[in-house]
Amino acid sequence: MPSTRDIRRRIKSVKNTAQITKAMQLVAAAKMKKAQDQAANGRAYAELMNKILVALKESAEEGVHPYFSEGKGSKTLVLVMATDKGLCGALNTNLLKKLINTRIEGEVEFVTIGRKASQGLSRLRKTLIADFPVKDPAKFAEVRVVGKFIQEKFLSGEYKTVLVAFNNFINTVTQVPSIEQILPVNPVTLGGKRGFDETPGEINAAELPQYTFEPGASVVFETVLPQYVNGTLYQMLLEARASEHSSRMVAMKNATDNAKQMLKDLSLEYNKLRQAAITNELLEITTAKMALE
Amino acid sequence: MPLKLEIVTPEARIFSDEVDTVVLPGYEGEMGVLPAHAPLVTTLLPGELRITKAGKTTEMAVGEGLVEVTGNTTRVLTDMAVHSDDIDEKAVEEALERARHSLESLKHGEHQEEVAAVMAMIQRSTAQLHVKRKRRTV
Repeated sequence: MPSTRDIRRRIKSVKNTAQITKAMQLVAAAKMKKAQDQAANGRAYAELMNKILVALKESAEEGVHPYFSEGKGSKTLVLVMATDKGLCGALNTNLLKKLINTRIEGEVEFVTIGRKASQGLSRLRKTLIADFPVKDPAKFAEVRVVGKFIQEKFLSGEYKTVLVAFNNFINTVTQVPSIEQILPVNPVTLGGKRGFDETPGEINAAELPQYTFEPGASVVFETVLPQYVNGTLYQMLLEARASEHSSRMVAMKNATDNAKQMLKDLSLEYNKLRQAAITNELLEITTAKMALE
Repeated sequence: MPLKLEIVTPEARIFSDEVDTVVLPGYEGEMGVLPAHAPLVTTLLPGELRITKAGKTTEMAVGEGLVEVTGNTTRVLTDMAVHSDDIDEKAVEEALERARHSLESLKHGEHQEEVAAVMAMIQRSTAQLHVKRKRRTV
């Protein structure tokens, strides 16, 4: 049986923990809002990009660009977007689990964004070829560097395909670990609705004006594709960031709730103990008095 | 009939207003766009973009991207757009110096990702400096 002093000490420490988790919850909520706004801001870019891609698809010869065909090599490159910090529930674990359970043929090499990804993958003894730090909130310039890197790797012909693993943000309580192929670009879905964001889907090619492409559709196509890949990567990272913050917010809310429940139980126990001590003392006094009579 | 100009980056909508004319660094040199232009899509090169509105000209440094012109709307898709007034020349110069320095020390290392990051930094800084200096001499 713990003494009242022990319980008082525990109550104090649980209270402190609750305070910290509550603060972290509020911070995560604010950051989540920001991340979602950022994703919405980038939508205008994605929209126009899609429009031009649809128009280009009509006019340009397809399949000539190296981005449309698989690389000669047999290896697969996987870009993993995880978080830098922990305390965000099972987010990173789920992503890594999904990665392990997905069968990818041939040799697989990894590029990571976020400390948790590189840590987790090196613990699994995977081949890690690069790790990019990306600050929060994510800057496009930083993502462009990652995009350039993986595009160069792909063009070197060493890899067959490039995949991206990230947490897709559905809503505050649901994040789905997803693996999407980014290279080679799928010409069918190009410019269409992507599974992971809310860019308005179907654009009817017939409704678009007859653009003149300067200097020519194929040249424009070639310059647009790398930008399309970078833009897509950036959107994916924003999704991953929104997932991170909402997942952390939910995890911290649960922690706060648990701490509060614990406080309730502890104070109940504490009160019981105190009452028992008082009753005991009263009993002793009465017994002593009766013995004297 | 004014020309509606929009400049968007993946991060935000940088500019959205009605202007008289815009001159941008296109694939085949500088290209001026006036209202009622034929539908056109061309690529944008890193450089200087000039907007004229009511006789006043403002400059912006832009990165690479795309330009879409449809009638009275011009939309510029780029990965960087900085207003020339917002460019802090000293800070950019310092950044450029720092980037060059770290490139030297990184050249023989194996950190490909860091080299890539530094190279991107140098390109951005150079474009910004160019716009800032050019305007001062005019």
